[in-house]
Amino acid sequence: MEALKARDAHRTLWSNAWRQFRRHRLAMAGLSVFTFFVVACAAGPFVYRTPADAIDFARSNEGPGFEHPLGTNDRGEDMLARVLYGGRVSLAVGIVAMFLGLVIGTAIGAISGYFGGIIDTLLMRLTELLISLPQLPLLLLIVYFFRDSLRERIGIYAGTFLVMVCVLGGLQWMPVARLVRAAFLSIKTKEYIEAAHCIGVPPLRMIVSHMLPNAASGIIVSGSLAVAGVILAESTLSFLGLGFPPDYPTWGRLLFDAKDLLAIAPHVVLIPGAMIFLTVLSINFIGDGLRDALDPRKL
Amino acid sequence: MTKFLVRRSLIAIPTLVGISLVLFAIIAMAPGDPFSDLAQNPNVPPELRLQLRQQLGLDDPVLIQYGRWATSMARGNWGVSFSSHVPVLDLIWGRLPTTLFVVGSSYLVALIIAIPAGVISAVKQYSWMDNLATTFAFLGYSLPTFFTGLLFILVFTVKLGWLPEVYTTNIQVTGWHWVLVMLRQAAMPVAVLALFQSAEVARFVRASVLEVLHLDYVRTARAKGLSESRVVVWHVVRNALIPVVTILALQVPSIFTGALVTEQIFRVPGIGSLLIRSMNSHDTPVVMGIFFTYSVLVVVFTLAADVLYGILDPRIRYN
Repeated sequence: MEALKARDAHRTLWSNAWRQFRRHRLAMAGLSVFTFFVVACAAGPFVYRTPADAIDFARSNEGPGFEHPLGTNDRGEDMLARVLYGGRVSLAVGIVAMFLGLVIGTAIGAISGYFGGIIDTLLMRLTELLISLPQLPLLLLIVYFFRDSLRERIGIYAGTFLVMVCVLGGLQWMPVARLVRAAFLSIKTKEYIEAAHCIGVPPLRMIVSHMLPNAASGIIVSGSLAVAGVILAESTLSFLGLGFPPDYPTWGRLLFDAKDLLAIAPHVVLIPGAMIFLTVLSINFIGDGLRDALDPRKL
Repeated sequence: MTKFLVRRSLIAIPTLVGISLVLFAIIAMAPGDPFSDLAQNPNVPPELRLQLRQQLGLDDPVLIQYGRWATSMARGNWGVSFSSHVPVLDLIWGRLPTTLFVVGSSYLVALIIAIPAGVISAVKQYSWMDNLATTFAFLGYSLPTFFTGLLFILVFTVKLGWLPEVYTTNIQVTGWHWVLVMLRQAAMPVAVLALFQSAEVARFVRASVLEVLHLDYVRTARAKGLSESRVVVWHVVRNALIPVVTILALQVPSIFTGALVTEQIFRVPGIGSLLIRSMNSHDTPVVMGIFFTYSVLVVVFTLAADVLYGILDPRIRYN
């Protein structure tokens, strides 16, 4: 009995969630694959020193071999190096844009749910309007209008990265806002919030330290899924030729460059495509596992 | 019922106004000037440029500009394409049927696959069929359409040589042969879109059927001695599909997104490929027109799903 108590004393909310998450085998597999990709892309280029842009027409469209583990593309550039460099950008865009989307979504949802009234109506009308817009055409439109001038102003790479992150993050927050608002509406009626009101907790403190922690599980799950959404959107834009410039090999851009080589060098298409697919799949599994782990009804 | 229809349609109007505001805001905020080309042209004197600006009202307050722009859009005056000098509306009108055909038929195929798959995997929860269907749904949901499209081309065009890679609207033959050619060329674009859609829809159908399966009226139906298949088809599925209709409505924007990519891969001459081409040639009137068309399509289809929801579920209508 004593031993049981001692063990329970160590169990916190997060360790419980982690315990639950570890039971979800596919989620664990997803987490391993995703972690592997992140580490490989972050550290890989330091270990694997072959440059990503060394053109060698004598060795173009080679299949996987000893010297080039994943083969070469039509200009004889090493595919492994390109996939690693491209992964940095794709993953970085996904993660940064996810955080941006979460911050905007949480702020709007929290304000909307906490204050209610006219603010709520206005913010939710805006959210609904943005949800009902066709996402990809809107993305294309914004990139089309703003990309060139930003590129001129702050450089081609930083400009594209900034546009991508802002636009993708800025169009990812609507589901989060709705979710946080719904959570806040139900939390608002709880007794401990009433108690907090009675002791005079100011609104900001109320939102941040009393209400947000109880809405966190939903935010975390939608955050994980948002990374997948952003990576897909970025690679779609790059695949349509409207994302990153050609010497900036994100996974979508690699596919765009490779799509005419299908008949000659299928590996050039299959490798970046598989990277996108595996990343998105593993993130979706992680999201599934998180949803199960953070659902208090399950414990 | 008429009241419900009218009310729902009226809700669509503010949405359209909102969309036009967003579109106009993007154009207004966009750096650059439609006259920047003229400004660099030494043959155009500055007085003429000023006169042109005044004619087009570029120096008026933004709200007046918006009002003028919105009325001309509403009247069907969407401008003229910079590159082909054809009215934008005519260009879009000519390509819209192809897009709607591809989107519509893939939606149909997706429903034909997804509803039985979802129902079976819910009724036989945790069976091998359920596992298979759930796994496929997860894979299909994570496979980006541009990658499936390329994989299909690799397998069916490059390796097997069964299907043509490029979609064309001027097929030279007629009669049954025309149908055959049409089916062959539409197979891959439709399959790519249907795969993606059915994965998502099947997940929702499964969840929704699972919820209904344990309700009291299902137990009553069984207690009456109805056969299992009758219980499932008449009592469970009919009620489970009501929330699915909402999901279908929410999916509409993503279908058009998928269609845009597919059109680009298979070179389907729809509005999506026109959009990409116009973007690459900086044909702004066409780009704006197509964006607005997509928005209108999304609003119309969402409205249709809403109305369908009302027809299926009387409780919604009277609220």
